[in-house]
Amino acid sequence: MTPLTALLVRDMRIAVRVGGGAMIGVLFFVVVVTLTPFAVGPDLALLKRIGPAILWLAALLASLLALDRLFASDHEDGSLDLILTGGSPLELVIAAKGLAHWLTTAIPLIVAAPLIGLLLDIEPPAQAGLVLTLLVGTPALTFIGAVGAAIAVTLRRGGMLLAIIVLPLTVPVLIFGVAAANAAVAGPVPFGTPFTVLCALTLASLVIGPFAAAAALRLDIE
Amino acid sequence: MRLSELANPSRFLRTANLAIPWLAGATAIVFAFAIYRAMLAPDDYQQGATVKIMFLHVPSAWLGMLCWGLMTIAALGTLVWRHPLADVAAKAAAPLGAAFTLLCLVTGSLWGRPEWGTYWVWDARLTSELILFLLYLGVIALWRTVEDASRAARAVAILTLVGAIDLPIIKFSVDWWNTLHQGASVFRLGGSTVDPTILIPLLLMAAAFTLLFVTLLLAAMRNEILRRRVRTLRLLQASATG
Amino acid sequence: MRLSAVDLACRRGGRDVFAGIGFHLAAGQALAVTGRNGAGKSSLLRIVGGFLRPAGGRLWLEGGDPEFSIAEQAHYLGHQDAVKPSLSVAENLHFWAAFFGAGMTKVQDALGAVGLGGIAALPAAYLSAGQRRRLSIARLLAVKRPIWLLDEPASTLDAAGRDRLTGFMQSHLAGGGLILAATHGALGLGGAQELSLDEKIPSALPGDGLGRGSEATVGAVTP
Repeated sequence: MTPLTALLVRDMRIAVRVGGGAMIGVLFFVVVVTLTPFAVGPDLALLKRIGPAILWLAALLASLLALDRLFASDHEDGSLDLILTGGSPLELVIAAKGLAHWLTTAIPLIVAAPLIGLLLDIEPPAQAGLVLTLLVGTPALTFIGAVGAAIAVTLRRGGMLLAIIVLPLTVPVLIFGVAAANAAVAGPVPFGTPFTVLCALTLASLVIGPFAAAAALRLDIE
Repeated sequence: MRLSELANPSRFLRTANLAIPWLAGATAIVFAFAIYRAMLAPDDYQQGATVKIMFLHVPSAWLGMLCWGLMTIAALGTLVWRHPLADVAAKAAAPLGAAFTLLCLVTGSLWGRPEWGTYWVWDARLTSELILFLLYLGVIALWRTVEDASRAARAVAILTLVGAIDLPIIKFSVDWWNTLHQGASVFRLGGSTVDPTILIPLLLMAAAFTLLFVTLLLAAMRNEILRRRVRTLRLLQASATG
Repeated sequence: MRLSAVDLACRRGGRDVFAGIGFHLAAGQALAVTGRNGAGKSSLLRIVGGFLRPAGGRLWLEGGDPEFSIAEQAHYLGHQDAVKPSLSVAENLHFWAAFFGAGMTKVQDALGAVGLGGIAALPAAYLSAGQRRRLSIARLLAVKRPIWLLDEPASTLDAAGRDRLTGFMQSHLAGGGLILAATHGALGLGGAQELSLDEKIPSALPGDGLGRGSEATVGAVTP
């Protein structure tokens, strides 16, 4: 097993075993979606129109929840120090941890999204578009979030600060993700246009995220 | 054997080992009879045979609420009377209640689709039932978050008691709010308005579901007790190694 | 192989911790870093381990692998044990062995050597503090690296654990390794050099540069 694969497997094992496991993220996702009709009113037509947006927001917030622990738990028990001496480039380490986070947090969400979409009366073509945009867009959320997590790692009340740093950076992903999901249902914009931009955003974040996060973690070394 | 004597886990295990096969048998028999009677029940003049989803939907709703009621009593048992098996019962019951509630939501959704043209509406009864399901999941998550079950018990007990508020809301939601869901027809003052050809199979199914719940609950409690014993043994093993 | 440092200085939180520290450590030699609490023993180890940048001075390794930094050729055993409670004992060590690129063959032996072989399958959450320490030490045995940086390694260990640790250190030195250990008590290794960081109390004003390290007396105790 290569060093990075070992790290990926370890992070996934821990994510699945600790606390509520992978279920917690999905549960939060469902709770946020359930709250919306209480705020917005039970008008199904309205909910159907804003459905993809609600699901995207909920996915974003649920992803954010688990990001707090991305580096913090390793930092607290001294594992991060040892990982730095492992000989693997820090950028790849972050990529591996990000992948583990995405697999354990986002994939369950994406699987649950169509079912939850039923609650908001989202039609099948819209469901398909939504799932595809989530699949492509959630890695961007993870890797942008990793930058915030790296910056906030040494801070005690890091969770809130992490949200404040990360959420504005995720706005482009949110815009194009929802636009693509909506485009899957109704025109005038064809699905491809916002979707390709979303893909581009994700690919960019897969590269920039690890480098920026590594730089932030190295700041820790005075 | 008095109920209080069952408080001893070992004695409970012995009783459960005896009782579970009989209960399982009784469950199967009552289910068979109930399904037979349900098949005989007349179709609805509008909905046709679809109406028979009711024989799954209604009992599972009742059991979902009954289970939370049981968890509430167990919560009091943990907090007030310090009964040793109360938290075992609560932990074992939670997934069962969640399953019944999910069954209710899914059967209701499938039933509602041809009726109302949609899989879901945000009316008071459905929403409060969904909230119940989320409460169950929250309780299950809380049990799993704390590794030592007996420590988690008190936190879960408090959550259970607070969540119990949802039960009367579900029950009376169809009265208090204008909802799409059918009003109360079985449990109401003045007696049920349901015809016996439907009511009898319904009550039989409810009895079968209840027997199923009790059987599964005892089995789950047995598993939980054994699980805790394994944990204790492993802790002893770790500390004995030195 | 030779690890050397000259004129190392450390500054933390605006305060000078030590200055003018130097040492030379050859293969098979151990250096015990002593001093009262707050003298900077941990900081010195972290500087050598690459986790802290020194405020001044030089640190270099002769005879090592030029492809890797000093940190990548050293084992750091800090105050924290880097043990994940949700993984089993064996899974914890397997991860470090795989991550550091060592083979899997040494893992079971390492666990046996520290006395954790029988409970390898138990969750690490069930371990006592001393057992977690031993699991950390097992990492040093499972993955071969020439330099050991040990920060109070025997803390939380009982007498048997301490004896075992001394045995491991002696084997490591006999194999040509180097040990730099911060310690309150004795290391139990004959022939260890000692570096004391105890100093005159520095001035109360922060940042005026008056905190001094000791005249870095690296005296050799008679072997």
